Amino acid sequence: METPLTKNLQPGGIPLPIREFETAGGYQAVRKALGSMKPEDVTETVKQSTLQGRGGAGFPTGLKWSFVPMGEQAPHPKYLVCNADEMEPGTFKDRVLLEGDPHSIIEGMIVSAYAIQADVGYVFLRWEYRLADERLRRAIAEAYQAGYLGKNILGSGWSFELYLHVSAGRYMCGEETGLLNSLEGKRATPRSKPPYPQVSGLWGKPTIVNNVETLANVPHIVNNGAEWFRGLSRSPDAGTKLYGVSGKVNRPGVWELPMGTTVREILEEHAGGMRPGLKFRGVIPGGASTDFLVEEHLDIPMDFASIQKAGSRLGTGTMIVLDDRTCPVAMVHNLEHFFAQESCGWCTPCREGLPWTEKLLKAIEDGQGDEGDLELLERHSKLLGPGHTFCALAPGAVEPLQSAMRYFREDFERHITEKRCPWR
Amino acid sequence: MATIHVDGKEYEVDAQKNLLEVCLSLGMNLPYFCWHPALGSVGACRQCAVKQFKDESDTRGRIVMACMTPAADGTRISISDPEAVAFRETIIELLMENHPHDCPICDEGGECHLQDMTVMTGHTYRRFRFDKRTYDNQYLGPLINHEMNRCIQCYRCVRFYRDFAGGRDFDVFSAHDHVYFGRHQDGVLENEFSGNLVEVCPTGVFTDKTFKEHFTRKWDLQTAPSVCVHCGLGCNTTPGERYGELRRVRNRYNAEVNGYFLCDRGRYGYEFVNSELRIRQPRLNLTANGGGEVVTPEAAVRHVAGLLKEGKGAIGIGSPRASLEANFALRTLVGPDRFFGGWSELEGGLAARARALLRGGPARSTSLREAEEADAILVLGEDLTNTAPMLALSLRQAVRREPARRAAALKIPAWDDAAVRELTQDDKGPLFVATPSRTKLDDVSRETFRAAPQDIARLGFAIAHLLDERSPEVAYLSASDAELAGRIADALRRAEHPLIVSGTSCADETVMEAAAHVAWALCGLNKPAGLCLTLPEPNSLGLAMMEVPGLEAAAHALAESGGGTLIVLENDLARRAGDKAVRSLLESAGHVVVIDHLENPMTASAEVVLPAATFAEGDGTLVNNEGRAQRFFQVFVPEGDVQESWRWVSALMAFDDPPRVDWPALDSITSALAASLPAFAGVAEAASPSSFRLVGQKIPRQPHRYSGRTAMLANLSVHEPKPPDDPDTALSFSMEGATIEPPPSLLADYWSPGWNSVQALNKFQAEVGGELRGGVVGRRLIEPASDAAPNYVAHVPAPFKPRSDEALVIPLYHIFGSEELSVQAAGVAELAPGAYLALNPDDAARVGLQSDAVADLVLDERKYRLMVRLDPSIPVGIAGLPVGLDGLPGHATSGWGRVAPAAAAEE
Repeated sequence: METPLTKNLQPGGIPLPIREFETAGGYQAVRKALGSMKPEDVTETVKQSTLQGRGGAGFPTGLKWSFVPMGEQAPHPKYLVCNADEMEPGTFKDRVLLEGDPHSIIEGMIVSAYAIQADVGYVFLRWEYRLADERLRRAIAEAYQAGYLGKNILGSGWSFELYLHVSAGRYMCGEETGLLNSLEGKRATPRSKPPYPQVSGLWGKPTIVNNVETLANVPHIVNNGAEWFRGLSRSPDAGTKLYGVSGKVNRPGVWELPMGTTVREILEEHAGGMRPGLKFRGVIPGGASTDFLVEEHLDIPMDFASIQKAGSRLGTGTMIVLDDRTCPVAMVHNLEHFFAQESCGWCTPCREGLPWTEKLLKAIEDGQGDEGDLELLERHSKLLGPGHTFCALAPGAVEPLQSAMRYFREDFERHITEKRCPWR
Repeated sequence: MATIHVDGKEYEVDAQKNLLEVCLSLGMNLPYFCWHPALGSVGACRQCAVKQFKDESDTRGRIVMACMTPAADGTRISISDPEAVAFRETIIELLMENHPHDCPICDEGGECHLQDMTVMTGHTYRRFRFDKRTYDNQYLGPLINHEMNRCIQCYRCVRFYRDFAGGRDFDVFSAHDHVYFGRHQDGVLENEFSGNLVEVCPTGVFTDKTFKEHFTRKWDLQTAPSVCVHCGLGCNTTPGERYGELRRVRNRYNAEVNGYFLCDRGRYGYEFVNSELRIRQPRLNLTANGGGEVVTPEAAVRHVAGLLKEGKGAIGIGSPRASLEANFALRTLVGPDRFFGGWSELEGGLAARARALLRGGPARSTSLREAEEADAILVLGEDLTNTAPMLALSLRQAVRREPARRAAALKIPAWDDAAVRELTQDDKGPLFVATPSRTKLDDVSRETFRAAPQDIARLGFAIAHLLDERSPEVAYLSASDAELAGRIADALRRAEHPLIVSGTSCADETVMEAAAHVAWALCGLNKPAGLCLTLPEPNSLGLAMMEVPGLEAAAHALAESGGGTLIVLENDLARRAGDKAVRSLLESAGHVVVIDHLENPMTASAEVVLPAATFAEGDGTLVNNEGRAQRFFQVFVPEGDVQESWRWVSALMAFDDPPRVDWPALDSITSALAASLPAFAGVAEAASPSSFRLVGQKIPRQPHRYSGRTAMLANLSVHEPKPPDDPDTALSFSMEGATIEPPPSLLADYWSPGWNSVQALNKFQAEVGGELRGGVVGRRLIEPASDAAPNYVAHVPAPFKPRSDEALVIPLYHIFGSEELSVQAAGVAELAPGAYLALNPDDAARVGLQSDAVADLVLDERKYRLMVRLDPSIPVGIAGLPVGLDGLPGHATSGWGRVAPAAAAEE
């Protein structure tokens, strides 16, 4: 099984310095793209590969790039931003790449920037990733020294400056347009689309924001071709995927597997199943803002379409497992507390609705729930839907809530009728 | 145009607008908070949700925000869709989660947009049972009250303050349900337009602090359409009164002039109407001791009539802050050749020149709205934020015009405010500011030029010459100045709507001439250049149109009359000329009659004092700097024997036998004025005449919910008195009258069923954000001479040459403090700085002065002891003397003065 994204990783070790990275095949894609491909060719290859964004939304990457204005009349500077603000609770896949193989991200950015003819790149890094900060800094300096960044890269005539920007730490900075605002030094509130960042992005200029894992795929696609990439997976969705598992399993971790590996295979084969004495009750497949899946869904492939059909979202592909000795209400309360706190405060339903939701769950968890509370929670779940709020934070926030109420409704009701948490 | 479908019906709408705008324009009641017609849409509050359908067969639809959806052809929406209705109600429920139950004690109650929208959506029942979040409030200065618990986080305040008005010391803080709007720390809000927060805020977070001193509910206010009297721009206002006290001033929408906003001087300068210094009874002072005794109006008038019959004749001194009718009445009484403007020859000359320039060439005198549309602007000599504040606000919007064109090219609608601002970032169109010292508009200007007035004029002439060779050339121009002139000329040449702004503040006619030359030269290149000249007082231009000489001529005439009667109209001459000149004028008069509202040195020594009505207590017409004649209407009947100046003068003329004039009411004077002076031919069109009726009735000044009518005077008599008559206007001092929409000149208070707040204005506009349905208020009296070849001057002033032992003293203006009437308000006085003398640090060092040292300035034979303020922006050789602060002269002073450290012995 090919694992292009993680082949250089040495768990517990240090990332490959640039010479070793090159020996292992690194920066070949940069030479190939800048040396023998037109920018439009790179975009076309990525389009053909059907690579989908790995940040959670799954938008086709090549298609996204194709909306960037190209040619003589295009506004400059153009920007490529790597969204390394991994703050989705339960998600730690990008961290592994940033800490373990920072050059792979840099290479991915150079090739992608070349495709859209960007002039400047930013890695927008979550503040808490201190080790990644250090390692990226070193890797960027090495790349500059080796001539892969800066003016007239490899004599191609194309220049690209790359900066590392460490955020001040808010979940909303992971939202593409919130990230751009934050990068500009403004409050991290989102923007309305249209206009899309490709038209008016960073400082009003054409911008592409891509996830870390998405960018890491690009050099391999350029080196090996679109067909190769499609062939890596077992599903209509192409490539490999970094899947993660956390919760009370035997081996929590991250694995690079073919896209479409089933939930069961990841949980039982790679994560080693539930810890002794614990039973599986449910799983949030793609990070905190996705709907629960339960026992009946274990054999569904972890790809975008299949998980969506099952009523959830692939999201980041990092799962949080709920065992039978953890209170589902407490788990959901913990998640809603996070979302309520991370609301940027721009739009009414999220700003006022999420704290209300959190207060209701706290009351229920403390045995202070009222008869009408569950109905209120359901109303909130419907209210905070897509299109109703300004961005996707609130709709994501209510996904675990609404699915928990569907699958674990009895547990909620027991809290209310028994006036206590039965798990305590 | 586009065709949209709303709840099954078809409508033709403007495709450039969003759905909220078009639905409101169509009269539909769609609730909203964060959208504002002047600020555009951001889509934050989610209140304006409607259901949008893809096509006829789509029965499910999806919720969209009307304010963020273009009114594109073929759009299908439903406002009454049950899901949309429920959604909008839930948004209110969410806003009510933390909203305090303050209505009974909240100033906003009764004119609260949140109240209105709550009722509109039908939300009634509270299901949130947890604790509300609360905030600490801040001290924000004497004008604005802060009550953050009421905030619904619509973000309008910060968008207005920072984005629209350019303020920096107010911002949004924190996140989630703890978002906070305020300053980094308590303190006076620095922006001169902060008062608009009280109208922009849809709840009671920001309220009028001065109103609190004498609060009453909105429905209990008696109002009338009025005009601000604190500068020459003539913004429209709605003052409100109750129990004989003026309670507050609110914005009155005028699409061409002030639009939705007022400056803080105009909003908060009204307290002089309630001042203890008000003269309410006529006084006769026949001894030399000052004071005098109160007499009846009849006695006073009879006495003055007697004086006039003495045979030595009368000299009348009018005022640039008095109405056309008042000035004209006095002119008629004393005769045109004995009527004088009540301003120095300098001031009078400046106003006359301004008028001549506006008439004498092809450039059109611009309104404030037209200024907002300019895409390249040159300002010569004016510190607009202090002299004509609302024009500064217009220019802050104008500098966004040119960059915003890129948005259209990228199909970003103009109303998508956040997107347009994101695209254009800090880009600004060309604004060039040439003034003697720094101004607050510097931060949005492309280049600034600091120089003496004559050098500012020379720069202007140089630009004009580059645009039109027929305009005189400028000799001895430095290379850098010539390059600057070239850059400015280029920018103006490339613009579609260039605007040249100047005014009287430099006390130098050549500065205005230069401005006119640039504008005329651009017109010669087929550019519709606008010329905007600012004047200091509400009727400066109106008085100039009467072609009156100034105080020197008046003194001369008075001396020649050998002790004639001097009648002074609404003018504190001590503010117009030096003590010596005023004393000599008064002494050469046989008798002095003063008609004014506030006690001042003139009224203290006059033989007869007649109490004049203020703008809120009388009617009249004023001509603003644009040349627009606008009518202000009496808001309430004042206490005492106060009446309009023109009424006093009229009464004097009634003693003639046969009576010279028959002026029973305002309209007769206005028509007499129009008939007598061709320049005022259109003045009657400034407002509906007093004979106007709607369905046979007058327009009431009091809303239908006005309370206490039968009780308020019951302590005096249980018999309810007949409402006072008003022969001067089509308005009544009553609740009774026509409740149909009046013509715009008679419209003061906006109310519509379900719309009790200022937002009700939407219902009176043909399209929201545009003109009132009945048209624009006011009547332009000055139009450009489009066919005439420009009247270029023959020569250009010589360069400024600093002197070693003297400084050229030029006037500096302060929005708070320089103007006579507004500074009577406590809040304004608190914000007025102390007197100072502005010096370039090099000049100061040369005479041995440091910052905050005390200096003596000798100017025009008068000595001033002042604190030194070092200002590196002031050119060497120039000193800035603020107008009107702390007893400094209230008139522009310009001339050479000596500056030295204060002589210690003279302490």
